[in-house]
Amino acid sequence: MSSVNYGSKRIVTGAGYGFRDWLAQRVTAVLMALFTVVLLAQVIFTSGPIGYEEWAGIFASQWMKVLTFSVIIALLYHVWVGMRDIWMDYVKPLALRLALHVFTLVWLVGCAGWAVQALWRL
Amino acid sequence: MTELVRKRPEFRNINALKDLPSYRLPAAGIVSILHRISGFLMFLLMPLFIWLFDNSITSEISYAKLSAAFGIGIGFVPGWFFKLLALALIWAYLHHFIAGVRHIYMDAFHAVTKEFGKSSAVATLVLSLGLTAVLGAKLFGLY
Repeated sequence: MSSVNYGSKRIVTGAGYGFRDWLAQRVTAVLMALFTVVLLAQVIFTSGPIGYEEWAGIFASQWMKVLTFSVIIALLYHVWVGMRDIWMDYVKPLALRLALHVFTLVWLVGCAGWAVQALWRL
Repeated sequence: MTELVRKRPEFRNINALKDLPSYRLPAAGIVSILHRISGFLMFLLMPLFIWLFDNSITSEISYAKLSAAFGIGIGFVPGWFFKLLALALIWAYLHHFIAGVRHIYMDAFHAVTKEFGKSSAVATLVLSLGLTAVLGAKLFGLY
């Protein structure tokens, strides 16, 4: 361990979030997998061809909107943990890694906002 | 150790361009790095995915525009390019999903023997690539 632990030498990882994020990735993964099954089942068990009406109809009900919204939030956390791990593994310079973390978060939050907007247009 | 035994190559400070190409990854290793790559790919293609979702549910007109995008294309981007991107998304999702299920299965059932690691890795690759081929054929109108 370095005796200098401030400024650019400060170690900013390993602050006790390992288990929480490991578990969160699995929990969000299970939620998203269940959502995939629910969505797939609705698509498969629609009799006849699926056009706009049938497809948009799936997301019209309130319970489906709530479920999809939860999945979007779950996806946010899931992807954040994954991308943070990737930057942590391959990007050693601190300033660059911090910039990539910020970019990742803005990207994710922006995408989530867009998805929620699209969902509640119905 | 006898002098007849060839000294095993040591890999220190692995250089991506010099060492990695000569390193034999086991099946489980291939599944693992593809898991990471597919996740990263989906991260990059997220705006595309949301654009598809948005247009598909907003209105009849946007839905029709989306269908046309996969046929004729939009602007200077041809239809087959959208299909190619969709195929990449399909593979990425399928591989990430199946490899993820494999992870959770190994976590939950403590199935951590070397043999299971190999057999489940091979199954993951066969299943994900197979389903990608089937869905890709449907996407490109082969059946």
